[in-house]
Amino acid sequence: MTGLAAHTLPGRTAADALVSPLHAALHSPYRPEVGGEPNVKELALIALDAARSAGASYADVRFVRNRSQSLTAREHRVSAVADSETFGFGVRALVDGAWGFVASCEVARDEVARVARDAVAQARAIRPPLLRPVVLASAPVVAAGTWRSPIEVDPFDVAIEDKVALLLGANQAALAVDGARFVSSAMFFCREEKTFASTDGSCTVQTIYRTEPSMTITAVGNGDCAMRASADVAPRGLGYEHVRDAKLVENAPRWASEAVEKLGARTVDIGRYDLVLHPSHLWLTIHESVAHPTELDRAMGYEANYAGTSFVAPPEKVLGTMQYGSELMTVRGDRSQPGSLSACGWDDEGVQPDDFDIVRRGTFVDYHTTREQAPWLDWYYGKTGRSTRSHGCSYAQSWSAVQVQRMPNVSLLPGDEDLGWDDLIAATDRGIAIIGDGSFSIDQQRYNAQFGGQLFYEIRNGRVTGMLRDVAYQMRTPEFWGSLDMVGGPASYHLGGAFSDAKGQPVQANAVSHGAPVARFRNVNVINTGRAA
Amino acid sequence: MMLRSLATSARHLSRNESAAIAERALSFRTADEMRIVISSSSRGNTRFAANRISTAGDTFDAVVTVHSKFGKRTGSSSTNQLDDDALRATVQMAERLAMLRPEDPEALPELGPQVYQPGRDWADNTAALDAGGRARVVEQITEAAKRAGIVSTGFLETAASTTAVANSRGLFAYDRATSSVLTTTARTPDGTGSGWAGATHHDWSCVDPSALGAAAAEKASRSAHPVAIEPGRYTVVFEPTAVGNLVQCITRALNARAADEGRSFFSGAAGTNKIGQNIVDERVTISSDPFDPHVASAPFTGDGLPTRRVVWIENGVVKNLDYDRYWARRHNRAPSASGGSIRMSGGSASLDDLIRSTTRGVLVTRFWYLRPVEERTILYTGLTRDGTYLIEHGTVTKPVKNLRFNDSPVFMLNNLDEMGAPVRVSASEGGDPGQAIMVPPIKVHDFDFTSSSDAV
Repeated sequence: MTGLAAHTLPGRTAADALVSPLHAALHSPYRPEVGGEPNVKELALIALDAARSAGASYADVRFVRNRSQSLTAREHRVSAVADSETFGFGVRALVDGAWGFVASCEVARDEVARVARDAVAQARAIRPPLLRPVVLASAPVVAAGTWRSPIEVDPFDVAIEDKVALLLGANQAALAVDGARFVSSAMFFCREEKTFASTDGSCTVQTIYRTEPSMTITAVGNGDCAMRASADVAPRGLGYEHVRDAKLVENAPRWASEAVEKLGARTVDIGRYDLVLHPSHLWLTIHESVAHPTELDRAMGYEANYAGTSFVAPPEKVLGTMQYGSELMTVRGDRSQPGSLSACGWDDEGVQPDDFDIVRRGTFVDYHTTREQAPWLDWYYGKTGRSTRSHGCSYAQSWSAVQVQRMPNVSLLPGDEDLGWDDLIAATDRGIAIIGDGSFSIDQQRYNAQFGGQLFYEIRNGRVTGMLRDVAYQMRTPEFWGSLDMVGGPASYHLGGAFSDAKGQPVQANAVSHGAPVARFRNVNVINTGRAA
Repeated sequence: MMLRSLATSARHLSRNESAAIAERALSFRTADEMRIVISSSSRGNTRFAANRISTAGDTFDAVVTVHSKFGKRTGSSSTNQLDDDALRATVQMAERLAMLRPEDPEALPELGPQVYQPGRDWADNTAALDAGGRARVVEQITEAAKRAGIVSTGFLETAASTTAVANSRGLFAYDRATSSVLTTTARTPDGTGSGWAGATHHDWSCVDPSALGAAAAEKASRSAHPVAIEPGRYTVVFEPTAVGNLVQCITRALNARAADEGRSFFSGAAGTNKIGQNIVDERVTISSDPFDPHVASAPFTGDGLPTRRVVWIENGVVKNLDYDRYWARRHNRAPSASGGSIRMSGGSASLDDLIRSTTRGVLVTRFWYLRPVEERTILYTGLTRDGTYLIEHGTVTKPVKNLRFNDSPVFMLNNLDEMGAPVRVSASEGGDPGQAIMVPPIKVHDFDFTSSSDAV
């Protein structure tokens, strides 16, 4: 099969496997950064050798140390300060086309060898029911790769006192607004130090940072309450500089005023409206209605028991032909946008991710893939003159979880014309402008969705005439994206995102960014979510 | 060095091992007070799709979390490395964080020694199920599905876990628990029909894989080629899993503080709450009992409080809200410490009885992607999934396309027509064991479906 690497090399022994670029890498002068553990690469070698000796045709091992820190403040008090670290390793082994995966927190020679042998034994145990053996797409060997998030300030080096002062200052600024009754603010930081090695000979060491500052302000009055979350500040793959750039103290009075204003906003009249969507809102609609349905494992039925399948299926009937949206819709997958949550040097199979179009001028052209999945589309890549390669979408949330296909950053590209928020509003006769993400729900094939938001503004004759409340829109994905008739220019592009994209069983969380310009969608069904208790 | 037990096949920390770790960690304390929570677990899972196993995994982990306190300054830190150096570093980190933060006016002193009832949620046979055993279980479902021309997917997970809590005032608690969950979604090969079945229990012998596989397959076959019905208000028969999906939306809103602060459905007028008010049909009682053998949960909380039976709603009236230690002390009440399981009252009718008494209605297997829309009314949206049918004149006549609702489970329990006998359900969207939940099938009127979905 073109473009595929045989995962088994007949006649090759475990000892032969160690005489490889990996072997050289493992004995290179390079010192791994993982948790100050000088022996991680040596342990990786033990794991891979044990897996091959036990009969694995391919194996990989990840040693991961995840450190996280969270601070939360409520009104004038700090409600929690917590620091957490978890360290361990997982071995994935392929035996006659079946996967086994075993993980342990006990990072020691004997345990590493046991875990690798158990991973092989597990693959053997599940082999009998197997119908379609796993075959991996080829991937260039990365003998000694290193990558680090492009941070300016390590959040773990910033004094706790400074973080506490910032949160309490932001809360104070919000509470100074008349009507703002409750305020919570938080910072969350994580650092993932990961060493990956495989029997193909790859070895990569990465240090990945993620940072999220956030606030929620609640206004209470007249027996009612309204909340404003800082949804326009997204989590990022950055350091403490992202907290400073979020300007919580400076923004808090505005967010508080908007919470108070929501209390007195007019309830929406149900009907069809043109929607002008801010990227702080649109990122979540992209996530649910474009990014998830274009995961290849979903389309092939692998996630049917939880996350669901996809309306973008079967691949042979939709790839290169299905009209996903209007001509203005070009959506790209990447793990390269600086400061994005999905950014990395290599995925959890040692593959350097590429940037790839998912929807090009409205037509669906590709899925997200891993090394196991890319060969499923061999026919399509051959037909379109491309080699079969993984897009680098393998990810596991920790050392204890097996790798699965997870979405990269999936973003709507801006248009060429320099249009902004005000331009789209000015061009709209009867509509609603929405800022920030709110309530969200979508079916298991990603057809029918409902989205709320943080702020809703009525548009009449090209002008904002006031704030609305109780707004949610219901949509059917192809019609919604087909109604896209205006996109903003590059200056309006903004990265939203979340830490908590859920998929897989056991459920794993993935951190992912979605970029978008401002955009307008025509004639969308809006419902009223208010109802008396 | 990692301490370990090898009781049956699942590694976990014993009581003595946990106590030894606690003693070592507490010996590093310089803070006024310290609490340590030690958990360990062996987890095994097997996934299947397209009638074959796709992945499996076995993991062992042990985590120590230290809570340190200088006066009213508190800090927390956790690690999963249990050697002396790691424990000392974790204690020092928690103490450093505590010293660097302002005083917390809501901080409470640690508890002294408590008396605990033994937990009731451990089963040896659950702890003994290994990767080979899981594969054989899955095969029961996939082989039957193949024979029936159905495409089965699913997830089986078992866990053997321990939790210990100890503090510098001499409190020590230890419990071990098992869990198992098996869920399966069957689809027709043409993709027009989908059915689901699932079960969870701490005792694996209470789960019947073949029956679940058969139920999912039957639902899939019966749901093929659904027809669309107009959205609107319908009489709905909810299977127990669907009831479990929705009742959790109510129990998640029981926080007493949010109620007293005026930002919850359970808020009353001017700083009061709804305790004592009738909020749903008088046949509805919802409670938590950690020692109910059908829905057992942990015998203590993370701060070492013994758990106890709590009745939240009794005969339609709010009896209790969920109080943590601080809010309870401030309002002169006992903290709730309920353990988090859910049991809802029921009746004597069977699911078939509920269907037979329905002239026109919708039968719902379960819900998906439930998300809150309006906190003050517990208004949620979500969609039916994996088996939605039309009932006409007492009979299920045809499958219907899935429906999105915008409604509140509180309104639903006010519009109650009839209830069946409660059963244990697997009502977690992600297929994890989730909360222990026992609820009946119910029939309600005027449930608000707001749109139709083409999703199968």
